[in-house]
Amino acid sequence: MLPELGHFALILALLLAGLQAFFGIAGPALGRDRWSGAVTSAVAGQAVMIATAVACLVGCFVSEDFSVAYVAENSNSALPLFYRVTALWGAHEGSLLLWILLLAAWTVAVAFGSGRLPPRFAARVLGVLGVVSFGFLLFTLATSNPFLRLDPPAPDGRDLNPILQDPGLAVHPPILYTGYVGFAVAFAFACAAMLEGRLDQNWARWTRPWTTTAWSFLTCGIALGSFWAYYELGWGGFWFWDPVENASFMPWLVGTALIHSLAVTDKRGLFKSWTLLLAILAFSLSLLGTFLVRSGVLVSVHSFAADPTRGIFILTFLIIMIGGALTLYAWRAPLLRSSAGFELGARESFLLFNNVLLVIAAATVFAGTLAPLISDSLKLGTLSVGPPYFNPTFMLSMLPLLALLSVGIHANWKRGRLGDSQRALLQTFVAALVLGCGFAFGLYSHGKVLTPIGATLAVWIILSSLVDPIDRWRRGLTLSRAVLGMTVAHIGLALAVFALTAVQSFTIERDVALAPGGTTKVGDYEFRFEGVKPVEGPNYEAVAGTLTVTRHGVPVAVMVPQKRNFWVQHQVISETAIRMHRGNNLLLALGEDLGAGRWSVRIQIRPLVALIWIAAFIMAMGGALAASDRRYRTARALVTSSEGATAGQPG
Amino acid sequence: MTKFLLPLGIFILLAVVLAIGIHHSPDKGIIVSPLLGKAAPAFALPNLTDPAREVRSADLKGRWYLFNVWGTWCGGCREEHEALLQVRRAGVVPIIGLDWKDDDAQALSWLTQLGNPYEVVATDHSGRQAIEWGVYGAPETFLVNPQGIVVYKHVGALTPEVWTREILPRLSKVPAAAGSS
Repeated sequence: MLPELGHFALILALLLAGLQAFFGIAGPALGRDRWSGAVTSAVAGQAVMIATAVACLVGCFVSEDFSVAYVAENSNSALPLFYRVTALWGAHEGSLLLWILLLAAWTVAVAFGSGRLPPRFAARVLGVLGVVSFGFLLFTLATSNPFLRLDPPAPDGRDLNPILQDPGLAVHPPILYTGYVGFAVAFAFACAAMLEGRLDQNWARWTRPWTTTAWSFLTCGIALGSFWAYYELGWGGFWFWDPVENASFMPWLVGTALIHSLAVTDKRGLFKSWTLLLAILAFSLSLLGTFLVRSGVLVSVHSFAADPTRGIFILTFLIIMIGGALTLYAWRAPLLRSSAGFELGARESFLLFNNVLLVIAAATVFAGTLAPLISDSLKLGTLSVGPPYFNPTFMLSMLPLLALLSVGIHANWKRGRLGDSQRALLQTFVAALVLGCGFAFGLYSHGKVLTPIGATLAVWIILSSLVDPIDRWRRGLTLSRAVLGMTVAHIGLALAVFALTAVQSFTIERDVALAPGGTTKVGDYEFRFEGVKPVEGPNYEAVAGTLTVTRHGVPVAVMVPQKRNFWVQHQVISETAIRMHRGNNLLLALGEDLGAGRWSVRIQIRPLVALIWIAAFIMAMGGALAASDRRYRTARALVTSSEGATAGQPG
Repeated sequence: MTKFLLPLGIFILLAVVLAIGIHHSPDKGIIVSPLLGKAAPAFALPNLTDPAREVRSADLKGRWYLFNVWGTWCGGCREEHEALLQVRRAGVVPIIGLDWKDDDAQALSWLTQLGNPYEVVATDHSGRQAIEWGVYGAPETFLVNPQGIVVYKHVGALTPEVWTREILPRLSKVPAAAGSS
């Protein structure tokens, strides 16, 4: 009964999404205000139906209804309750359902938060969101229905993919998807503005908090994914430039550009068409990211459900959504002219550099991700692109970005002269140079060419970011949350750069063969292998190796890496042992059984690696702080005053 | 004006590439079974008719065999029983039965009443072995080659058509290995 109910609710949701799209777009276009008024009801109804469908599928998982194909494929009676719930998004069909649920949640939030938007504009925004939702619901119902029954029912399930049986990965998709889907709101605002043919500074002010919130979620999602890859995949990398990772990273880069471009549109009424294009681009990349992984177009180490028969549908949907938006853009963007100008050294020009560099970075990642596909479809042979391509090309646009950041936040709007900040900039730069080189050559006494550069830039960003807030605080002036958020996010970025520099420069990695009782010395640490013993888990068997770690004879830790064999899916997963010690991240993974009690063990010592994820979290916090500024919540008069004077606002 | 058309142009170009990419995707079919082309799971299971002798995969190495998952509770198994008896009479390939989540006494009376198409029947009370084979629901039949590789899987009741169209051709490709029972 439950699956049929869920299926039915999904069909009703599709119909309501259709109504929402129709009333939201046709109502304002034909000037029928009563049609526009019906949109909110459609939004509410659709949200209820989608929630019902999700609840039904969760119910099937919890009650172990193996007559439902999706449940039989992704659950098992031995699976703990927590994972039976998170198995909902363990594969393609459920992930789509999660996407739809989150879109409904964002749409409801927009509908409730749209009280201060002009009614017609609000209807258009919700209408565009309705189109997106309709497309996803149709795709789910037509090609990926999670409620299909099995006849005869399976007596037991095939179990959740063992890789996904981990708390970190269980919560990773919802957070990442919240970010992806959140860019749909910015996209809808952009499309609504283009339909209206009018885009003013108010528009930017409405769009900003939504975009920044989505960006914060995406930041957290990416960081969680990287953290998971680090401690679960077992061989100690935190970023592989894998298509799935790139798929989440590209919208993040463009989203970051969008946040900064929106600031200019908000403050100065400039960059209008550029902002629109970035909003379309950010969501397009989110869509591409959702689909690229699933369609079988690209095969990645992460992809666990690739089905090319869905590819055609996906491509059609992408062409309608993105192609439609870009056509609208080509038609309407020329109408949006802005009269204001700015000088070369003004803050606007730095934000323009920021935008251009971020888009270039996204484009290089995009090219690298799609290069294998393009060369394959043009019959140039199979090509694979890895870190040797990504690392240098990405740095090429990131280094100037980091170098310009400090100057940019001290530049004035409109005017090109730096004025008083020039001295502060110079002082902080000298201090950063001393500290950065001290870190590279003093503390570690070795390193690569980029080590002092990365460290100096990171320290400079931190110091220069703090100049203004400290100055204001001393003079007893209040700091708006927007400025505070920007400062926190920039410091987070700097910490990430610092941590990445340290990890890339000073990591020690060693593969050793150890017999029981054998010892080895890596860096400052001694590792003593005590042997292995079998361990039995709820749905796997494992061997656990025990290693005692000491530093200069002082005990540090006993670490127990495992190698797990999941008996249902015959998959061997290495469970690494990770320990933080004095800022160093020790990572041990059990390799192969070499016979006679000897095992290969991989030992890695990475300095400051945890800081990468902490820094990403700080960035996300900064975004959340900025999005909660009351500027965005208070109602505003229709006439926009020129706010160019309030320098020090976020950029 | 052209400057605003540029994004659309780039996108169309990309869409064409993606379309070609989908067209060229290696396998267009649905994933039938993760076991296809891989080694059949190893097993050592209780024997339904002769408790003293285990049914072991090691003993089956070097010959073709059909691995049939069934149970007395299963309607499709009753349906395919006649087809299985025909396969037995043809004598081309032995059938190994897996009596899945079943009652031994009932299974024995089923075989005496309806006839026994199996060379040997293993029992799987816990259902663990069936999961090893990735079984969704009985009946399911696997064709395993002398190297122990699963070469074909049929879901649902076996019919004479499936036998002649799918299973026999696979066996006759390797005539030397076929006549084993």
